[in-house]
Amino acid sequence: MAHDAAGSARRRPVTTESPAVRVTLILVALAFLALFLLLPLVAVFDEALRAGLDAYFAALTDPDALAAIRLTLLVAAIAVPCNLVFGIAAAWAIAKYEFRGKSFLVTLIDLPFSVSPVISGMIYVLLFGAQGYLGPWLRENGIEIIFAVPGIVLATIFVTFPFVARELIPLMQEQGTGDEEAAISLGASGWKTFLYVTLPNVKWALLYGVLLCNARAMGEFGAVSVVSGHIRGLTNTMPLQVEILYNEYQFAAAFAVASLLALLALLTLAAKSFLEWRYADELSGGRRH
Amino acid sequence: MDIRIVGLRKEFDRYPALHDVSLDIRSGELIALLGPSGSGKTTLLRIIAGLEMPTEGKVFFGDEDASRKTVQERNVGFVFQHYALFKHMTVGANVGFGLKVRPRATRPGAREISRRVSELLDLVQLSGLERRFPSQLSGGQRQRVALARALAIEPRVLLLDEPFGALDAKVRRELRRWLRELHDRTGHTTVFVTHDQDEALELADRVVVMSQGRIEQVGTADEVYNSPGSPFVFSFIGDSSVLPVTVSDGRLLLAGSPLALTPAHLPDGPAQLFVRPHDLVLVEDGPGVIGGRPVAVRRHNGMRRVELAVDDTSERIEVDLPGEDEASLPPRLSVAPLKARVYTDNGDSAAVTTLRTSRRPRVVGA
Repeated sequence: MAHDAAGSARRRPVTTESPAVRVTLILVALAFLALFLLLPLVAVFDEALRAGLDAYFAALTDPDALAAIRLTLLVAAIAVPCNLVFGIAAAWAIAKYEFRGKSFLVTLIDLPFSVSPVISGMIYVLLFGAQGYLGPWLRENGIEIIFAVPGIVLATIFVTFPFVARELIPLMQEQGTGDEEAAISLGASGWKTFLYVTLPNVKWALLYGVLLCNARAMGEFGAVSVVSGHIRGLTNTMPLQVEILYNEYQFAAAFAVASLLALLALLTLAAKSFLEWRYADELSGGRRH
Repeated sequence: MDIRIVGLRKEFDRYPALHDVSLDIRSGELIALLGPSGSGKTTLLRIIAGLEMPTEGKVFFGDEDASRKTVQERNVGFVFQHYALFKHMTVGANVGFGLKVRPRATRPGAREISRRVSELLDLVQLSGLERRFPSQLSGGQRQRVALARALAIEPRVLLLDEPFGALDAKVRRELRRWLRELHDRTGHTTVFVTHDQDEALELADRVVVMSQGRIEQVGTADEVYNSPGSPFVFSFIGDSSVLPVTVSDGRLLLAGSPLALTPAHLPDGPAQLFVRPHDLVLVEDGPGVIGGRPVAVRRHNGMRRVELAVDDTSERIEVDLPGEDEASLPPRLSVAPLKARVYTDNGDSAAVTTLRTSRRPRVVGA
């Protein structure tokens, strides 16, 4: 008897909401998701393919579109490795050493998240633009940054700064310095300690951070828009190309390029979910983007 | 390898962790650094290893000044409190790590490394577990893998930080005995940190008792137990009670009246009388005994431990009485110390015993 009572008590859910409330909540959430996320996503692909597959591929193989794709890949190929190195260095410094101004550095790393990307772009124009602080010197030495590829790369690096570092810092802080101390006490050099001990300990979090960093690097619009100058075939990345095409009422072409970005987002999401599912323990717990 | 520690001082952000610590460790000795948490014992061990740099002072390995060397150059085997095994590597790879990361010129071949690994695993009685991962091992097994890994680099000195801290009592006792045997067989100079006095007294050749960043006493287990050099050592090692007394002409006064104890050759003034519960015996009431009212009784190691509220003071002392006695305690008890130690505030101390004891064999029912 007592056993049965305990059994039925266990079957009753701890939450006290009535079924009606639960169903309503779930429906609201699903409706919201469908309206604001799923529908636009479908719309992107629908619009892209409206004029047929031939038009779709024609839009993608347009020289300006190809140039934009190439530039986006190039920018990501530079920005992501830079932030990979920076992220590891910053996380290492913050997690393994004690120094003055550490909490300030942690706050600073988050700056790109809290500042509007447009402002980030403006800062670079202010620094490197023709009327900027370093403008005259740069012009004398024939270095072009603003309205050129270097400016786009710099702006992208700035905006995607925090991704790798923020993924690694909590994990490395949690792991502490025990393993590294063990490695050096066994005679391993700093480099070998990093290669054989530190890196394997954080590899999944690192991959996760790189994935997010890459998605943002390819999709960044605001900061890049300010520094690029929108020179067709030269300084247009994919998001900028989408905007230009859209403003020129070339909807099918705009959505064709947009569908590539959407596809990238879906792939990133899939890879991210896979990593979370497969290596949940090794990724930093609690914080999910 | 002798280790000589000279005038070591360590400050963390101006907070002192070690004050002027000097210590000689003889080659092949098994030394315990014993103290409560915060006593600086782990800091001392980490400075010997080179994992911390001293603010001042030097560490010599033999005649060579090790304080100028990096951790890697010192060639010490360090076993960490939580083992710090590399969890992405197999047991074999963990043990062989120190050999694998050597510079090319001194690195043994892969076959030689795997031969050494299986030799070491034999030594720590984990043969055949090369392919396991640390997560597949028990606590005691991980501990032994950590030890094998530290021994693989043929260290000049073996350092262990709370080696048995995370293990359950039974495994701890087994490993303790096993470590002693291993030490006797391999002959490494070994230093281990512990807060467990039983562990230190049972295992070590000499015990270094530390408190608040200072060495209180260095000696064999018998020395630190039988003649504690300071009130701290007396109270930290073994159970003890303390009574405030006054020294006057060699006599000890408790709450103004003299105790019937042998004279203590100490300067007049306030002092503390330390006594162990099992060194107190029941006596007939009379002048010079310690009288008191029993306030609590509990079982302890087969004895009955009675807490006595001492007459005319606010102090309480503990007395061990034979355990088989079921009789209830009388409202008052008189006790006298067979052995006790007096410490004055300026660091002098003397052993005292009771002058004449008319013992009562056992507690009589009220």
